[in-house]
Amino acid sequence: MDADRAALTRLPRWVVPALVAVPALGLLVFYVWPVATLLRRVLHLSIVGHTLRAPGVGAVLWFTTWQAVLSTVLTLVLGFVPAYLLARYRFTGRRALLALVTVPFMLPTVVVGAAFLALLPDGWHGTATAVVAAHVFFNVAVMVRLVGTMWAVLPVDLTGAARTLGASPAQVLRHVVLPLLRPALLAAASVVFLFTFTSFGVVRLLGGTAHATIEVEIARRALSLGDVGGAAVLSVLQLLILGAVVWWSARWQRRAATHFSGGTTVRRARHATQRRWLTAGALATAVMMAAPIVLLVARSLQVGGHWSLEGWRTLGGRTTNRPGTNLGVDPMASLLASLRFALVAMVISVVVGALAASGIAVARRRGRWLDAGLMLPLGTSAVTLGLGILITFDRTPFDWRARWWIIPLGHALIAIPFVVRSTLPVLRAIHPDQRAAAIMLGASPLRAWWEVELRRLARPLAAGAGFAAAISLGEFGATTFLTRSGRETLPIAIDRLIGRAGALPRTQAFALATILLVVTAAIVVAADLPGRTDADR
Amino acid sequence: MRRVRRTGRATALLAGALAISLVAACGSSSSGPQSVTLVAYDSFPKSGTPLNDALARFTKNTGIAVNIVTAGDTGTMVQKAVLTSGNPEGDVMWGVDNTLLTAATDGKIYASDPIDVDFGDVCVNYDIKWFKDHGINPPQTLDDLVGPSYKNLLVVENPTSSSPGLAFLLATIAKYGDGTNGTATGSTTTTGTGSTTNNGTSKNGINSWQDYWKSLRANGVEVVDSWDIAYTEKFSGAAGSKGDKPLVVSYGSSPPAEVVFANPPIDTAPTGVAAQTCFRQIEYAGILRGSKHLGAARKLMDFLVSSDFQKELPLNLFVYPADKTVKLPDVFIKWAVVPDTPFFVAPDDIKKHRQQWQEQWTQIVLR
Repeated sequence: MDADRAALTRLPRWVVPALVAVPALGLLVFYVWPVATLLRRVLHLSIVGHTLRAPGVGAVLWFTTWQAVLSTVLTLVLGFVPAYLLARYRFTGRRALLALVTVPFMLPTVVVGAAFLALLPDGWHGTATAVVAAHVFFNVAVMVRLVGTMWAVLPVDLTGAARTLGASPAQVLRHVVLPLLRPALLAAASVVFLFTFTSFGVVRLLGGTAHATIEVEIARRALSLGDVGGAAVLSVLQLLILGAVVWWSARWQRRAATHFSGGTTVRRARHATQRRWLTAGALATAVMMAAPIVLLVARSLQVGGHWSLEGWRTLGGRTTNRPGTNLGVDPMASLLASLRFALVAMVISVVVGALAASGIAVARRRGRWLDAGLMLPLGTSAVTLGLGILITFDRTPFDWRARWWIIPLGHALIAIPFVVRSTLPVLRAIHPDQRAAAIMLGASPLRAWWEVELRRLARPLAAGAGFAAAISLGEFGATTFLTRSGRETLPIAIDRLIGRAGALPRTQAFALATILLVVTAAIVVAADLPGRTDADR
Repeated sequence: MRRVRRTGRATALLAGALAISLVAACGSSSSGPQSVTLVAYDSFPKSGTPLNDALARFTKNTGIAVNIVTAGDTGTMVQKAVLTSGNPEGDVMWGVDNTLLTAATDGKIYASDPIDVDFGDVCVNYDIKWFKDHGINPPQTLDDLVGPSYKNLLVVENPTSSSPGLAFLLATIAKYGDGTNGTATGSTTTTGTGSTTNNGTSKNGINSWQDYWKSLRANGVEVVDSWDIAYTEKFSGAAGSKGDKPLVVSYGSSPPAEVVFANPPIDTAPTGVAAQTCFRQIEYAGILRGSKHLGAARKLMDFLVSSDFQKELPLNLFVYPADKTVKLPDVFIKWAVVPDTPFFVAPDDIKKHRQQWQEQWTQIVLR
């Protein structure tokens, strides 16, 4: 029967190569080649032992690993309730809450980190606790987005049936919901692990001097000590560890892939108890996520400790207290530059991500190479990739070093895995019988594939597009590392203002951060639009 | 060009097309409008400031357009220049300082010797009001900082991650000498003359920078990762700060910045500078080896050291012009401190010992 169905639904041979050509080629040219070039130039066997035995490297490895594991587990646990509420219920303020949960993930760490620092009790400064707390705060969005997307299409009748058969809510959760969500949970866990394992800004800002991740140590070696070879050794080590984790997780995600036919199942809370729980959960989430954000906005309204609108009034550029002084930061121009980069990064990510996800889904087992490959840039230190690009694309007509489009391209490398991750579980959840049925009804295999699978991509792709645009808007680390001409992006403008003595620049930095926050929130809300129309139908 | 603008658009287009084909025909001959690329660190403004207006005057006078690219912080910029040595990202590099100069010259990034273009000092700053309220005199020397009156009052940056942090470590090395490595003491480490010179002995039994930092640690120094956190979160003197440390390692020009960027405007600086704690940072500019626009690059170098450009440096980059004849803005004359005898360590010594010093410092202060 299965063999018959496979024969029936088989797509033409050219489909997979056609789909994966662009993603695979892009990955080879803009990721594999530069990284390989750098490694070939600076990596020698002789420095490997020396670097790995250097004092402190063991401690760095140990801290990197345990904080990433702890952060991931806590994010999954604490993100569970928000993910559930936002995926399953329609309530007043739902979209605002969704934006609130997502925004911290998108904002540059310089900004939220500063607000977070002010919020933490004094004794927490420079501790691992502060680092883990910030990681959870930032990454709840991943849980809500990746698990929520799946949860929203989980058929209600399944859980309803289980309840009717006498299962307690805990049993339903354990035996029905969790197994169905496993692929999405694994996807979220692997993304959160990747992010926290390679954490840079948060550790630098909140971890104090006693804590360093491998990523921090790579930057210190390459940029402060000039030891690019040692940095490359650590970079490879990080990549090997993460490669193993990603490969293992992709394997489990495929094994755990569940098939169910979904429309969205968002609904209103039905009775009073349910409504009370919903309100409590939503409020708790809102308070947890809003505190640093409120503080950030408040700081844009204070100059030197007094309430004042001057930070906003003087944003225009040339206005300062003294003639002849000016920081050359033009907020509107920076916003426009950032929006332009975000648009380009979004288009690249959605096109490449959609091609890759469809190709991976169709290719099944063979797709895992591209799947894992596209995740690699997330696990590669920005320093390594940046230096690789610097020495690879350096001869005319391929001297692309200070080209503007290198920046959105870098952002897309980071964003594509998100588009794939939010799309793939939905594609894999489509039961093969559906396509077979369409073919029985007279559609060609290609047509059936288009109608049954690709059309369902709209919602996850919109979510992925929002993700990509927002990642690009807030991206700081890789951007600052690339050589840039023309207008600075918003996060870099913010960083330049924050790095100045004096009251006004700092207030202006928080005003700019508020603008970034509002724009990001708007994008997040807009990206969820398809979900809304589904729910309203 | 002017003639083209006066004639009609069609003619201009035609002329443009002709020019392009001519340039293409001549290969890479430099007959077209000249341009030169200036590579700088992130805090160098790309547009909209008097510094950029000065560069626009240069373009107007010479016909050479200046394209500014930013390459990261100074350490990143130098490292990238070393990796691309001989095939640089631009023609002229602005802002390599004396702590990184030898790394840059060893990496053979310059076509010729770089020229010093500006300088500044890294010094301990104090919160004037805090010391007045507590009836204590603010410290003036490095010796003062290990005294009991200043216990638990100082926050510094980690010298392995922060450029002012490294500068302050170098100040202590210049003053107290190196206890483990004789070569760095005395002959190779230059200090100012007069009261700041200490030649390795001290009334409080400090015979090396290692001893000094042990005492500083015992006296409750707080170490943070970056200048941002030290100055704006921990230091009580920064406007609006909730910090509780009245002493911080910052710049000699931070007090005028507090005045310039205060809102509402203030006339007196809220912070002061401990003049005998300062390390001198000098920034250099130079033509990058492999530049394809040597003529234009030389003209730009001449302009960067001319008074027309130098006079804009204080209020835009908060550094002192290398050209001593340039008149400083009032706010600098009044509130910035230029120490007579700043500490200084030769670039060669910094390059040779930096990693070892940083590792020793980490063992002494953080472990």
